[in-house]
Amino acid sequence: MADIKKLVSMLKELDDLLTGCMRCGMCQAQCPVFAQTGRETDVTRGKLALLSGLSEEILKDPEEVNEKLQRCLLCGTCEANCPSGVKVTDIFLRARAILTGYLGLPPTQRLIFRRLLTNPKLMNNLLSLGSSLQGLFTKDADSVIGTSCARFNAPLIADRHFKKLASKSLHSQTPHKDTPPGKSGLRVAFFPGCVTDKVFPQVGQAVLKVMEHHQVGVFMPPNQACCGIPALSSGETEVFDNLVRQNLDLFAKGKWDYLITPCATCTATIHELWPKYYGDKMDAVRVKDLADKVMDVSQFLTDVLKVAPKEAVTPTKVAYHDPCHLRNTLKITAQPRQILAAGGKYAAAELPGGPSCCGSGGSFNIKHYKLSDVIGRKKAESIAATGAKIAATSCPACMLQISDMLSKSGHSIPVKHVVELYAETL
Amino acid sequence: MIRDALKNEFQRIVGKDNVMTEPAELHAYSYDSAVLDQTQPAIVVRPENSESLGQVVRLCNENGLKLTVRGAGTNLSGGTIPHPGGVVCLTTALDKVLEINEEDLYAVVQPGVVTAKFAAQVAAKGLLYPPDPGSQAVSTLGGNVAENAGGLRALKYGVTKDYVMGVDFFDVNGELIRSGGKTVKCVTGYNLAGLMIASEGTLGVFEKLTLKLVPPPAAYKAMMAVFPDVMDASRAVAAIIANKIVPATLEFMDNFTIRTVENFRKAGLPVDAAAMLLIEVDGHPAQVEDDAAKVESICKDNKAISVRVAKDDAERNAVWQARRDALPALARVKPTTVLEDATVPRSKIPAMMQALDKIAKKYDLTIGTFGHAGDGNLHPTILTDKRDQKEWHRVEAAIDAIFEEALALGGTLSGEHGIGLAKSKYLKNEYGVGAINYSRRMKSVLDPNNILNPGKILGPLLA
Repeated sequence: MADIKKLVSMLKELDDLLTGCMRCGMCQAQCPVFAQTGRETDVTRGKLALLSGLSEEILKDPEEVNEKLQRCLLCGTCEANCPSGVKVTDIFLRARAILTGYLGLPPTQRLIFRRLLTNPKLMNNLLSLGSSLQGLFTKDADSVIGTSCARFNAPLIADRHFKKLASKSLHSQTPHKDTPPGKSGLRVAFFPGCVTDKVFPQVGQAVLKVMEHHQVGVFMPPNQACCGIPALSSGETEVFDNLVRQNLDLFAKGKWDYLITPCATCTATIHELWPKYYGDKMDAVRVKDLADKVMDVSQFLTDVLKVAPKEAVTPTKVAYHDPCHLRNTLKITAQPRQILAAGGKYAAAELPGGPSCCGSGGSFNIKHYKLSDVIGRKKAESIAATGAKIAATSCPACMLQISDMLSKSGHSIPVKHVVELYAETL
Repeated sequence: MIRDALKNEFQRIVGKDNVMTEPAELHAYSYDSAVLDQTQPAIVVRPENSESLGQVVRLCNENGLKLTVRGAGTNLSGGTIPHPGGVVCLTTALDKVLEINEEDLYAVVQPGVVTAKFAAQVAAKGLLYPPDPGSQAVSTLGGNVAENAGGLRALKYGVTKDYVMGVDFFDVNGELIRSGGKTVKCVTGYNLAGLMIASEGTLGVFEKLTLKLVPPPAAYKAMMAVFPDVMDASRAVAAIIANKIVPATLEFMDNFTIRTVENFRKAGLPVDAAAMLLIEVDGHPAQVEDDAAKVESICKDNKAISVRVAKDDAERNAVWQARRDALPALARVKPTTVLEDATVPRSKIPAMMQALDKIAKKYDLTIGTFGHAGDGNLHPTILTDKRDQKEWHRVEAAIDAIFEEALALGGTLSGEHGIGLAKSKYLKNEYGVGAINYSRRMKSVLDPNNILNPGKILGPLLA
């Protein structure tokens, strides 16, 4: 283990960011984790105090602080509502990198990040093997939502009702694409993201269908790497850099106007975090160029292609869940609703109690499943309360979580991506 | 360190999951919103029902453990900073609204209920709970009563104490004491509920609160008046009151605050204005029209450059957004934000504004002033960086000067934040030694082991 003095001096770099917190505690009104536990270590103000305590050597156990720090969904709701404008996400990601550098990750997690995540080909092969074997270990849970659960006692799966890996991933259905711009005169680079590729290929196909319909050319290179958020939020900055570089090189091979993704998390990561955290500063121009051009698919459709909502005579109500990364980080809330209505068949139903995190939070769901479950069940209840027969969102990670929660709560409400519902009307 | 046997006792009372003793957990309860030094408790407990709350109090008393009750920890006077090595008792699990009575206009709540959530539940029944402290989105009703919190509507509707009908509380022995009631009139026995209000956790531990509700106003109208001179704005405030008009809200912002808010929101505020008044009148529609017209002409008579009356809810919201932005905007200027609440009689606002200006110059500090001009409760907000020790000493001296000035003008140390640790040293300047001695004697009888939030309000007790 490295020298604690070194850890303290690294944490001191956060000092300017940390002192901005005036400890007013207004984050308590926003935090989905605090809402469940009522504990100060679970809310932003408390976590910032712990980091200050560690940097001032009042607290001496980095492991304990790290453990508390991990109990955060990185949903960004506190930051979006902080009176003092504290850069919470920035502080947490930097602190996680510092602490992971100091404490190290558990060996299996490190192996997955370093060997698997950075090697898209290997990961694709392994997961397609997994996809063909998963039936042996799982059984159907809810046929409408399309969830499964464990056939035998499996600690990692617990009582989850999960979406299985797709029998054929998007990249095996459509290994690559390189079409010229049609009437629109536009060409987009398409970054489906891992969850779309491996669990919801139909979302990827919906995007391709929509682009074809609007005569937009598509550049989709094979062997795309992960956007890097799992590595970055676990503090694995080298892995993050590796993934960003792979993607930069890959997308440099084509000419295109916008980079689009159907994943709120990927969009937010590329737009906000790539320019901020990519370590190779020599590459800053390439990163910035890409970050400036990335768009959520609904945003592209409404803001660029000017796809407008269509009045429906008797629209079907669709409960819409705002993914945190669109709502808090990118302030995109109107566009997905407009795309829902654009086909002239659906209308967005608002969730009682307003927008809130679904409790997924990427690896938070794995590390703190119980908490994730309580937060997610509330989300499922609020979706059910709208009386809508379909739930929709703009993030495949949220789709996974909401499917699990609806299925377990006995609400047979299918979960779709807004672009799927739009594509269906074309 | 707390003994294992005692830790086990606490675990038996509140359950294992509700007892915290890890260093990180203790550290997270070593502060509140006040800019004061942190002190760590030895144990944090979180009772889930009133029975275990009472048992916690008794156990603390039997073992001489200093007890600080904590809701959201938002108070600005250090009232929830624990005694070193003491016990912190959280009310976050005691968050049930037990009753909202629409026939007799009262509600019964547990102390950990969040103020804004309660207000929303009351509003859903077509009633109003008027106290609206700035921290209402997170602050708890127990904390509001313990600190006697104010708010924007205090001018017309009063502060928390005006809505407390009863407080049921545990004494140090864990015995449940009932006080007040559900009737509009109630003069049975000592006014123990009154004694509990603003006692900052030093006399008892709240178990249940009975709160008064009122019918909401039928109509309201908001307006924004811009002044070329602070004195003109101050005179307008005095004139509105003198003309027998009591707006629901009458807020003030100085030029520095206006500029900072405009910089933050870009809402088109008049950055050249020396001061702004944000006013809302409410009540019967006809009276609202009448009052609004009068307020407008009074402002103009007092040299207002412009008076903008909100035509609809969107415009009304724009007026109040400017006010809501005051603290967030100021808080972003410098790392440390010291928000004071020295309060003066309304007629003395011009004098207080002049004094604040002098103090800022004398100590070479940035002070933005906004606040509740209508009730004399200003919030001079010092923007600084606590890490700059030299400047911090000047800040401390300036705070002393602010309170000295407020008292000299016949004002008070605290309009709505409470005394806590932050202002106990000034207490004798306002009330004299007699009041302190009387209070200490009372405390020593009710809390002979001095376990209830020791050091708050009265300073360290000499045995």
